[in-house]
Amino acid sequence: MIYSVVGHYSLILGLCIGLILVYFSIQNFRNFNQLDNKILSFSFLQLFFVVVSFLALVISFIISDFSNETVFNNSHTTKPLFYKISGTWGNHEGSLLLWLLVLTLFIFIFLLRTKNQPIKYKILTLVFQQVIIIGFFLFLILTSNPFNYLFPVPNEGLGLNPILQDPALAIHPPILYLGYVGSSIIFSSALAATTLKMVSTNWAIHIKKWVLISWIFLTLGILLGSIWAYYELGWGGFWFWDPVENVSLMPWLALTTLLHCILVLERKETLTSWVIILSIATFTLSMCGTFLVRSGILNSVHTFANDPERGLFILIFLFTLIFLSLLIFFVFHKPSQNNQANFFWLSKETSILINNWFMMYFLSVVLIGTVYPIFLDVISSQKISVGPPFYHKLIIPFLIPFLLMMAIGPKLKWIKSDLKDKIYLFSLLVISVLISFFIVKNFNANVLVNTILISAALYLFFITLRDFFIKKYKNLAQNIAHFGFSLLILSILFNNLFSSEIITNLKVGETYNGSKTKIVFESINQKKQKNYNSIIANFSITNSEGINNNLSPELRIYNQPKITTSEADIKTTLMKDKFIVINLVQNQDYFNVRYQVKPFMLWIWLSVMIISLGGLISLLKKRT
Amino acid sequence: MKQKLVPYSIIVIFFVIFVVFYKSLEDTNIYTPEVKINNDIPIFSAERLLSNETLDSKEIFQLDKFYILNIWSSWCAPCRDEHSILMDLSKSNKFIVIGMNYKDNKKNAKSFLDELGNPYEKIIIDKNGTKSIEWGAFGVPETFIIYNNKIIKKYIGPLNQELFLEIQNLTK
Repeated sequence: MIYSVVGHYSLILGLCIGLILVYFSIQNFRNFNQLDNKILSFSFLQLFFVVVSFLALVISFIISDFSNETVFNNSHTTKPLFYKISGTWGNHEGSLLLWLLVLTLFIFIFLLRTKNQPIKYKILTLVFQQVIIIGFFLFLILTSNPFNYLFPVPNEGLGLNPILQDPALAIHPPILYLGYVGSSIIFSSALAATTLKMVSTNWAIHIKKWVLISWIFLTLGILLGSIWAYYELGWGGFWFWDPVENVSLMPWLALTTLLHCILVLERKETLTSWVIILSIATFTLSMCGTFLVRSGILNSVHTFANDPERGLFILIFLFTLIFLSLLIFFVFHKPSQNNQANFFWLSKETSILINNWFMMYFLSVVLIGTVYPIFLDVISSQKISVGPPFYHKLIIPFLIPFLLMMAIGPKLKWIKSDLKDKIYLFSLLVISVLISFFIVKNFNANVLVNTILISAALYLFFITLRDFFIKKYKNLAQNIAHFGFSLLILSILFNNLFSSEIITNLKVGETYNGSKTKIVFESINQKKQKNYNSIIANFSITNSEGINNNLSPELRIYNQPKITTSEADIKTTLMKDKFIVINLVQNQDYFNVRYQVKPFMLWIWLSVMIISLGGLISLLKKRT
Repeated sequence: MKQKLVPYSIIVIFFVIFVVFYKSLEDTNIYTPEVKINNDIPIFSAERLLSNETLDSKEIFQLDKFYILNIWSSWCAPCRDEHSILMDLSKSNKFIVIGMNYKDNKKNAKSFLDELGNPYEKIIIDKNGTKSIEWGAFGVPETFIIYNNKIIKKYIGPLNQELFLEIQNLTK
């Protein structure tokens, strides 16, 4: 009760400080001798109030204070402490408070850490950031207040959605938010820099840190979400082209492109329009994702409570930001003409530019696939769902030149270059084609496409691998990231090609006899846990090589709320995962059993980590 | 003029997007997996198992009779159990039994039928399992009773003597 009051008023105070800050900033902007200390201390105060408010909510969750509506809706006394805490951001209101926390934290760090930049620029960035922060404060207080009272106080809460009770998912939102919100700093500072006409090499060096930080967190956040989907949703895949996954992929694509443009801008004053547009796009795409997911237009596990009023608020807020930023871009940004002509076609910049267009293409495919059903529904009331085949057909063919570009591009020098080591570049290509041809020929009918795909990925793999052993080649960060990417594509390809699946309905004691695999449904155990009952099935699986595995997938029947979830049992080894999941078949003794052998699963996770490691190295590297 | 065209067209595009999103807010669609009973059957076309023709769903279910659509596979042990029931059902002239061969290979499917007999009037192939999803099936075996292009009953898991009588009674 007391915590709700504290939390609620802290929020209002935080909002007031936001308004004061905007006022001070404009004051300071007129006579900008130095960054007023007041601004720094007020930013700190704002952060402080949001932290207090956030802690108040966390404590309300820990002590199960059901006079708080958010806690009542999303918690339960029997829930383990860890999930009580993670439940704080496992709902709409709490997750927005977390957004706000990260927003205020980042702008404070930004003010503290940004040195050697004009004061005008710092203040203007703060103003743009405060516009976003104030927008979120209003959104929180007006439409999704986490501190609403309930009277009379209920004895027990409704519980956290059981599929969200998972360690990977407990940290997935905070990590992803660090990425999303980091992009808000990029957005604000890009707008500020555009207004002040200082989008230059110097600015690129300064903003690169923030781009890298957001990029690393966004990458890891998506990875965690993917791991969770693999373990918890029981579909046995890691990426489903679900709209919710797509909305996190879109900012990632934009941010990755931005990162490459920044790397160019860091050395040469070009691609400025790209940088500004991409900075705007990354953040608006993150916001757009929030809108689509939270308004209930897209239905998914992330749709907490559907409230059209909330959707309307985010929609208006989002489009205000878009119009504001477009206005600034068109009014203030005048690209200098002279730099454009210097592009030589066989240079690093051109290769980055080409890759940018590929990325933009991938981005538009994902965007259209996600948004088109909404448009169609509104215009013609037709309901369609865009599935993996759409994305695969449109993305895979373009992946091939993209991978080749990624392999050769970094070999080119800045501005002008001749291809050195042509022989080895060519011979590696031949080797990759041969290897992939032999791999594919033995396993698959569709030889041509797969051979080309695998050889493109292998080519990048070999080239990046070789670069590790060349001393003179010093761009370690880029090398690691590209190596990780080739590994990722290879793992995904092999995973798709060599996965096998058996779906059947079995009773206890029955045996499934396939040509290669024998599945014995041995027994069933029931266990009573604190907040759920579990049914554990024991399977003994023998494959063609006579190797025997015992796997025990589980069904959990949660008591609050009453939901059944299936927990897959996965045997992970270095080269393959064995994945089994069971589901209840309505009113029958049968269980729906799905058994999959998925090679290279572990490598998919590892390679994404390698990719982000590349980003981390680039972040830590001292600029020479 | 030309320079202003780009900003204006972009603003118009975003305005259209805004309107569409605004409209879509009005009817949020919550999708719940439905038990597809009393629903029209999905429309599809599929290849036949025993010949190379392609069949449309309209051609399959056109008569004024009860149709039994059975999803089966040669690798599915419960399918083997229920096969005799299907053989019995196929003997009755009230029913037409249609098979949907699920994620199977042709050779195994044919030897399965050679061994146990073929109760199906027509068999269509669902190589990648997508057609079963359209029917709302979880896996194999599942059986749908169809009359007048509507699904009137669905059985998950193998049929047995009890269900055999129930199906017989449906048509009375």
